[in-house]
Amino acid sequence: MSEQNQNIQLAEESLGKQTTTLNLGPTHPATHGIFENILEIDGERVLSAKQTVGYIHRAFEKIAERRPYYQVTPLTDRLNYCSAPINNMGWHMTIEKLLGLKLPKRVEYMRVLVMELARITDHLICNSVVAVDTGALTGFTYVFQWRELVYEIYEEICGSRLTTNIGRVGGFERNFSEAAWRKINEFIEGFPKVMNEFETLLTRNRIFMDRCIGAGPISAERALNYGFTGPNLRAAGVDYDVRVSEPYSSYEDFDFKIPTGTTGDVYDRYLVRNLEIWESLSIVKQAVAKIAQIEKEDPSQKDVFYAKESDKYHLPAKQDVYTKMEALIYHFKMVMGEIDVLPGEVYHAVEGGNGELGFYLISDGGRCAYRLHFRRPCFIYYQAFPEIIKDGLLSDAIIALSSLNVIAGELDA
Amino acid sequence: MALTNEIIKNRLNEKFGEQLTEWEEQYGLLTCTMPAAANLKVLQFLYDDEQLRFRFMTDLAGVHYPDRKGEELCVVYHLHNMADGIRIRLKTYVPVAKPDVFTATQLFAAANWMERETYDFYGINFVGHPDLRRILNVDEMDYFPMRKEYALEDPTRTDKDDEMFGRGGTIV
Repeated sequence: MSEQNQNIQLAEESLGKQTTTLNLGPTHPATHGIFENILEIDGERVLSAKQTVGYIHRAFEKIAERRPYYQVTPLTDRLNYCSAPINNMGWHMTIEKLLGLKLPKRVEYMRVLVMELARITDHLICNSVVAVDTGALTGFTYVFQWRELVYEIYEEICGSRLTTNIGRVGGFERNFSEAAWRKINEFIEGFPKVMNEFETLLTRNRIFMDRCIGAGPISAERALNYGFTGPNLRAAGVDYDVRVSEPYSSYEDFDFKIPTGTTGDVYDRYLVRNLEIWESLSIVKQAVAKIAQIEKEDPSQKDVFYAKESDKYHLPAKQDVYTKMEALIYHFKMVMGEIDVLPGEVYHAVEGGNGELGFYLISDGGRCAYRLHFRRPCFIYYQAFPEIIKDGLLSDAIIALSSLNVIAGELDA
Repeated sequence: MALTNEIIKNRLNEKFGEQLTEWEEQYGLLTCTMPAAANLKVLQFLYDDEQLRFRFMTDLAGVHYPDRKGEELCVVYHLHNMADGIRIRLKTYVPVAKPDVFTATQLFAAANWMERETYDFYGINFVGHPDLRRILNVDEMDYFPMRKEYALEDPTRTDKDDEMFGRGGTIV
């Protein structure tokens, strides 16, 4: 026994101190991703935290400097992989802005539809995970069936589910299929019931409220100073939303509210996300109605799924590649990255699941970006984590982390 | 009266005069270059001025231009005035031999990690930064990987010769 005792070597500085150093992560089951936090705790109270980031850094910005533009799209998938279509389309819109492309209304509404579905799934994951971390596993199982349906919709549109690589510069790779429309309608009809059930389970649940109210708060002023955007900023009471302040993809045609909170705590973040899910659902409905209206007025619009002027940047249909010379040449040129883009500098932001997702692109006129910088909302607001959890309980730190919706892929790029 | 690029430009010119150069308005976003020695003064002025109120730091990024001798590295700030819904882009160039830029962490807490990231990838030294360490790369790394001299693929490779596709040699 005494021999064993002698083999334990405690660090000099830890002998005298009264607090405990706790390594939370890198792969802690309660942190849902590769997050390492070195906490200094006194009993259950968090005194300080030190984050380590970069565990899944994949050098996307460097890789993007060597790849033609359409090959960057799959990289953006892997930023916030809970709402990959928003990233893909944000990137496509950046190039379209650089090229000065104007898209047909139908295409823009189709994009809005897909992006809002993505926002719903993103918020669903976040909120159900908050519930799981407070000990309520049931809600999670309800809503994930509907997330699955959204993934099936992506599958009908682009062929993949999580990392979607959806759409092309100038629109979509193909028109929405019958099955896609059927599933979209199925979602619109069936989802509200489940969402209501989910809210009934949690929103006024005494235990859930006691856990969440007052946990991990941040004031509007601090949130702005820390560069918060998205639901986390809105929960603190600032009604900033890129969809409204700088509408892209015809968001100005839609009618929706920006929910805000007051205290910026876990409960407010949860409420804001839930309300946003309802707003997104309403936008999806509006988009379906608007597309139907366009098709009613002009049936030829039914086949419009990309901007004709984007032909040079839009992969031709596969059957054309096999049968037509022109299409084959364009396909080859595009895939080999022979299509040059104009020189210029552009910043384009979209409202991602977590906030303002920005693309800062410098093109020198070559086939790939001279410099591409992703403004990743997670990376910027995760800085505030120690301040948010300070003086709270360890269990509050866990739900604060999940309610901030820090996604490892976006954090580390 | 809503804030426009014209007003911002005049206001900045009044205050800083010749110090701000290379005015541009690509895609509607007002851009100018400020000297590295005055970057904090400009940011502070944009923050404090009651009319301009650029109080949100959207983005901070580094860029490497190996051909601009004596000012190879560039720091790009994107600031946002949320009340008026207008953005501005500011750049400052520093030589790669002595890449010193004043930190903006006193003004924006958000700048902390963004500056660390820029240091990590470009080696820009943010003077006065409270904790200027590498953030995404390993601590032991002894170079700054986003600089253009580090080609993404091994330039000695012959099996992927770009000349085959009319691009004239390896692109660095």
